[in-house]
Amino acid sequence: MITKTELHEVMHKACLIRRHILEMTLAAKSGHPGGSLSMTDIISTLYFYWMDIDSTNPTWAERDYFVLAKGHASPALYAAMAEKGFFPTKYLRSLRQIGTGLQGHPDKRRLPGIEMSTGSLGQGLSVMVGMCLGLNLEKKKNRVYGVLGDGECQEGQVWEAVMSAAHYNCSNLTIFIDKNKLQIDGTTDEIMGIDPLDKKFESYGWNVQTIDGHNILEIVTALEQADKETSKPSVIIANTVKGKGISFMEHQLCFHGSPCTEEELVIAEDEIKLALGELTCPI
Amino acid sequence: MPDLAGTRDYYGKTLVDLGAENPDIVVLDADLSGSTRTSKFAAAYPDRFFNAGIAEQNCIGMAAGLANVGKVVFASSFAMFITGRAWEQIRNSVAYAALNVKIAATHAGITVGEDGASHQALEDITIMRAIPEMSVLVPADAIEAGQMIRLAAETPGPFYIRMSRGNTPLVFNDSDYKFEYGKSQVLMDGSDVSIIASGIMVYIALEAAKELKNENINATVVNLSSIKPIDSKTIIDVAKKTGAIVTAEEHTVYGGVGSAVAEVICQNCPVPIEMLGIQGVFGESGKPDELLEKHHLNVNGIKDKVKKVLKRK
Repeated sequence: MITKTELHEVMHKACLIRRHILEMTLAAKSGHPGGSLSMTDIISTLYFYWMDIDSTNPTWAERDYFVLAKGHASPALYAAMAEKGFFPTKYLRSLRQIGTGLQGHPDKRRLPGIEMSTGSLGQGLSVMVGMCLGLNLEKKKNRVYGVLGDGECQEGQVWEAVMSAAHYNCSNLTIFIDKNKLQIDGTTDEIMGIDPLDKKFESYGWNVQTIDGHNILEIVTALEQADKETSKPSVIIANTVKGKGISFMEHQLCFHGSPCTEEELVIAEDEIKLALGELTCPI
Repeated sequence: MPDLAGTRDYYGKTLVDLGAENPDIVVLDADLSGSTRTSKFAAAYPDRFFNAGIAEQNCIGMAAGLANVGKVVFASSFAMFITGRAWEQIRNSVAYAALNVKIAATHAGITVGEDGASHQALEDITIMRAIPEMSVLVPADAIEAGQMIRLAAETPGPFYIRMSRGNTPLVFNDSDYKFEYGKSQVLMDGSDVSIIASGIMVYIALEAAKELKNENINATVVNLSSIKPIDSKTIIDVAKKTGAIVTAEEHTVYGGVGSAVAEVICQNCPVPIEMLGIQGVFGESGKPDELLEKHHLNVNGIKDKVKKVLKRK
């Protein structure tokens, strides 16, 4: 069970990750803040409470693996990695600049700690399944974690991978679906309906949970339940808000692939400061 | 009649040998393991064989994942489906991450025969060699296929190895041939023209060269089995020596072996080139020999191209 101190740490880091996301995408004048903010509480829980990882030894043999299938949310991952100590936070300013390790979409060959190069939607889950098969062959206890977008589930390859993870009993796999309900051209309902996602996964033989993806306690409880599963792969369908945490960005399609302005950043930072202030109060 | 053997049979046999030597070797297939001969490995090492079912994109993705945790991975299906259906997965999940995945495809080219155009990969060399980090190998016979499989297993990084359906004449002798990565072999020496061939066209080129000798045309014959990396030095040497080139491939001339040779030649020592191959059309059903005949992928086809290029010298 997560302690209050640990919970505060995860929430505190989530605030810092949100600020980094806004600052780094503004500095880059490009990037995807909306879908990064929607998965911030998930990545913060994974990196600052749940996963066994060592920033001083990114290739530690006993580590858990994280694959960001929705690679366009790389600002959230990079910010978490910087806060975890994989590299200095000031390096976040190099996002999307020529020569950087912080490519627009994650590149494992350019940045230690990135487990898999991603960016082309639909491909990440297959790779996670392969990693699980390899770890099972070695009888290793390491788990594989991943985050997929909800729009990403429109890719046919996702369902090939879903089928294979269940077929090969990949119980060492836990994925989140960051269900923020928006994609570039509109809502997922308008563009190409994906629901009922829970029933789809269940029918493929997965262990399915649905949670509020911004409630750290729910995220932790779901991870604990998935960890106990011994025969099926686990999916945590996380209902989230695109642009979460910044009032004027929430539910807004325009921040899918565009940063906020300098003026908006001032307002956003005030909101984040307020959230950080609340964290100092007892829950 | 020459001895015949199947490149895919030697692939299957070599995989079993490698499986015994290296516990990190794993094999994937997409419901064609009997045809690709990965079924031999599956029978010997069931724990290390994964059938992806009829899902090539996921097959390649799983291969990338297995390689990402340290496995040496062979992924097989028919050339058409594994390179065509899963091209972007090969590019983005395998090659971009420079993972240790060996795409060993069988049933390439028009000699697939009766199954027809939907199953005849004629563009696979083009689309595979366009991908950064990808090595592209095409064996001239079963002996070379076996050696290539072994080399790929021992060499880090992504490979594409293109094999056939049918049994084909042996060009090499196992005891005295050694395939070298990035090297081409001059199999016959002549000063009038160079025939640079790959795959099943190598044996046919040697036959054509023998007949040309009777007409006082002395041909050099090169086996271009390492298409990428390509042996520029040997290609430039034979071009300088003979001043004319004929390329021969069981594949489209658009971006295939002829194009690869032309890329080297036009930048180094321009000489006339004639390209024998599939001339940008789909295949069709028929017996392999009938289809080769129809597309002039035979001794006479090579001889005609040689005579044509000699007029341009």
